[in-house]
Amino acid sequence: MAKLIEFQDVWCEYAGRPVLRGIELTVNQGETLVLLGRSGSGKTTLLRTANRLIEPSRGAVRFEGSLVRALDVHALRRRIGYVIQEGGLFPHFTVEENIGLVPTLEGWPAHEIRARVEELLEAMRLPPAQYIDRYPRSLSGGERQRVGIARALAANPPLLLLDEPFAALDPLTRFALQRLFLDLRHSFRTTAIFVTHDVREALMVASRIALLRDGQLDLVSDPAGFAAAGSEEARRFLETVSP
Amino acid sequence: MTGAILNATVEHLLLVVTALAAALALGAPAAVLLTRRTRLRRASLAAVNVLQTVPSLALFGFLLPVPLIGGIGKRTAIVALVLYALLPILRNMTVGILGVDPAVRESAVAMGMTDRQILWKVELPLAFPTILAGIRVATVATIGTATIAAAIGGGGLGTFVFRGISMADPSTILAGAIPAAMMAVAADEVLGWVERRFSW
Repeated sequence: MAKLIEFQDVWCEYAGRPVLRGIELTVNQGETLVLLGRSGSGKTTLLRTANRLIEPSRGAVRFEGSLVRALDVHALRRRIGYVIQEGGLFPHFTVEENIGLVPTLEGWPAHEIRARVEELLEAMRLPPAQYIDRYPRSLSGGERQRVGIARALAANPPLLLLDEPFAALDPLTRFALQRLFLDLRHSFRTTAIFVTHDVREALMVASRIALLRDGQLDLVSDPAGFAAAGSEEARRFLETVSP
Repeated sequence: MTGAILNATVEHLLLVVTALAAALALGAPAAVLLTRRTRLRRASLAAVNVLQTVPSLALFGFLLPVPLIGGIGKRTAIVALVLYALLPILRNMTVGILGVDPAVRESAVAMGMTDRQILWKVELPLAFPTILAGIRVATVATIGTATIAAAIGGGGLGTFVFRGISMADPSTILAGAIPAAMMAVAADEVLGWVERRFSW
């Protein structure tokens, strides 16, 4: 399998305290790698080094073989989709303008943007005629997250970063979106790094799980081998779903 | 008399528009800069705040002997009016830009927008209602303060007010005060309407 992104001995410090301590991790093309860990374990920090929202204090991150710090930061970010918890949709943009943002920045012709927005809305099961002209404030939390994912996918990025994308949703909406995400994986085949603190979600959406503990990798495993891997931290996470 | 009131009203309006335009031209770029520099922001807003507390008549007086900007006439009046209009414009624009939802700003950065694109397409449109509220406060205050400009030869509707005071003639005072009050109310209504149209 081809390597898409590599974290090589990544260290990060925040206010003099180490947040990441020598992370070595490779994400392969087409897989969904879940970063699982407690709050403060460093998973969001690691995610954010991929699109240079955070620069490591030591070590390197490579995207498609190139050092990310050597790439133009705006061009890099436009090739990496990004979804956060509350969506971060622009309240003054319609659904169409939100989803079409990166294609617009990249200078796509208007009719192509329109076609892409409609295609993505269909994929998100939001009928375009009903949603395309609406503003985020008129959408439910689940609809906003769907639009957020569509926006991240708009310019066909090779990599998608998701930072606890479903954490703020009610359990039923969350489950619907997790299933939608699995379907999308089959149709779009975009590589994804998915941050969560929910082990059930990790087991459901991951091709591989990387468990972080105090800024270090505790375990990297496919979901089937996660329980059997013999990690104390993994056992504690699993206890939260099966008594 | 009617012709004189009309002339004074136009003169008053010109004073106000010139002062506001200059305050915007100075305040807007300064505000954007202040949103990017925390320490400078605290110091500048504090300084402009102090300036605001100087009574307007006193400020006109202080400016009189200042070389280049001082002296009797419109120029001094406009400089003083600009100084007063600066605070609401600067403060509201800074607060408006800094008040943009951090999640929105973060996703703008993460999607590869440049600083300039973030400013023009995200921060300024979202801060617009707050910025406009500042312009509205500045406009209404400037229309009022501009009447005092007549004390240093600035002209405008204040000339009737001061003349009326010296002649102890209420109707002359009202000839200046009523148009000024109407102008302030009209400006407040119009800008208030625009403000409501653009709130997200």
